[in-house]
Amino acid sequence: MSDIQNLKQIASQVRRDIVRMVHAQNSGHPGGSLGCTDFITALYFEIMDHNPINFDMDGKNQDIFFLSNGHLSALWYSVLARTGYFKLEELSTFRTLNSRLQGHPTTKEGLPGIRIASGSLGQGLSVACGAAITKKLNNDPKLVFSLHGDGELQEGQIWEAAMFAAQHKIDNLIATVDYNGKQIDGPVDEIISLGNLRAKWESFGWHVLEMNGNDIVEVVKIVNQAKTLTGNGKPIIILMKTEMGMGVDFMMGTHKWHGVAPNDAQLETALNQLKESLGDY
Amino acid sequence: MKKFDYKDKKDTRSGFGAGLYELGKKNKNIVALCADLIGSLKMNQFVDEFPERFLQCGIAEANMIGTAAGLTIGGKIPFAGTFANFATGRVYDQIRQSVAYSGKNVKICASHAGLTLGEDGATHQIMEDIGLMKMLPGMVVINPCDYNQTKAATIAIADYVGPVYLRFGRPKVPNFTPEDQKFEIGKAILLNEGSDVTIFATGHLVWKAIEAAEILEQKGISCEIINIHTIKPLDAEAVLSSVSKTKAVVTAEEHMMNGGLGDSIAQLLSRKLPTPIEMVAVDDKFGESGKPEELLTKYGIDTDNIVSAVESVLQRK
Repeated sequence: MSDIQNLKQIASQVRRDIVRMVHAQNSGHPGGSLGCTDFITALYFEIMDHNPINFDMDGKNQDIFFLSNGHLSALWYSVLARTGYFKLEELSTFRTLNSRLQGHPTTKEGLPGIRIASGSLGQGLSVACGAAITKKLNNDPKLVFSLHGDGELQEGQIWEAAMFAAQHKIDNLIATVDYNGKQIDGPVDEIISLGNLRAKWESFGWHVLEMNGNDIVEVVKIVNQAKTLTGNGKPIIILMKTEMGMGVDFMMGTHKWHGVAPNDAQLETALNQLKESLGDY
Repeated sequence: MKKFDYKDKKDTRSGFGAGLYELGKKNKNIVALCADLIGSLKMNQFVDEFPERFLQCGIAEANMIGTAAGLTIGGKIPFAGTFANFATGRVYDQIRQSVAYSGKNVKICASHAGLTLGEDGATHQIMEDIGLMKMLPGMVVINPCDYNQTKAATIAIADYVGPVYLRFGRPKVPNFTPEDQKFEIGKAILLNEGSDVTIFATGHLVWKAIEAAEILEQKGISCEIINIHTIKPLDAEAVLSSVSKTKAVVTAEEHMMNGGLGDSIAQLLSRKLPTPIEMVAVDDKFGESGKPEELLTKYGIDTDNIVSAVESVLQRK
């Protein structure tokens, strides 16, 4: 289990990065980022076959990932930096003027690892579908991964893409939903309920898996299982239960830390709960 | 003035379809997408010959634009076709974020633009699309005037790397430009040299500008006619060089005055070379059902309106 121990340590460091980045500019989205840290860490450090050195926009013959819920940028930037896409110290420029680390991820500044702008929600599944089709046309056997918020599923375009992916048998795509049950204005069920989400995706023709996104052992196991299901004519989606704010006790169990930064005292409390394993940036 | 002639009338959308098919034959990276309008966009030949490179998206334009953006990652060149209304206003944010801001090599191919789609009425007659698209940083906006030019433009934009909005229409119009023309993005075409006024026209209104110039010639007025097939980037050099000679301008387009070609020309001239200008365009109105020619007349963007605009701008010279 040394690999898993290692992943857990990296995840703890990534969480430190997230709260420090958001605190530094008093701006950003810690809640969802902390919730999805285990997943993105496992994806980039364990699951995906990708090349952080000499980033290639086309991503030919490597697995590629799209962050559709772009407000989890602090998480993504931390993991990209720590897998070697760019220098760690650049994390300190997050959300500042002239930075490549924009509030929401963009391609415009040429930050390695980013292949599309995201932030306006609901668009990433369509983009992932297009990229997956291109992989097939190029006889590229690698996979496309994507992450979406559960609140994001209220966007109609997601369901356009859901129908499209099933119709065109996009079976080299593994989408994941951050199923934390919370959005800016409150619990998803009280805003616009997603109803029976598993049944919805199944009825749209997708293969549905579920996992606890904060159990990194389970994440590795289920995503690897998803990989074995590719190539069978159906797109795959993982409904990933997470806890918003995971790892920082006062940020958990509430939607209030969706887009709020910790103050100095709160930062200190948070960092005391998150072990520094790889050295802060 | 120079004599303009044509063998037949053809629809610009068929020029798009023919150009797309040519592209399909010579470039394996060309992928076409359509939102349930293959026949209307004249994409049948591409669909029949290259089914593996055609993606039927159904009536879901937002997903079509996002998918097109994704297709570019790995080197495909997507041509996404639907009616101009659904290719722009309906999916503005998808184009803005996933295509323009992301700098993706997507070709947005918009048919049935303007009033001349006719009987379907205002729900389908978008006249804001040029404005919407030219506002997006980095977006190239092209509005060719006839079948041959639309075919040439379709082929040319595949060699340009970056987002392009290609606008064309439904009605059959005089096909008068050369069949073998080379289309240069951003390069205005001087159709007729004149001395009294410059008429800058785009799309279907280019032929109307020629008709107007012929009428005006009878009245002793010499019109320079410039076909602005690329509204963005605007050929500033061509505009300024012509206007510095004629010192009077009329613009003509099948589009809203706000945000259209006239707007672009006026913006350039007001900064570089203030000049009297009249605009033949639709003035803050939605369209309605009718025959294309009836609509052009009713909404004030026909040959006679260009003639009047020239006469009135000359009085301000």
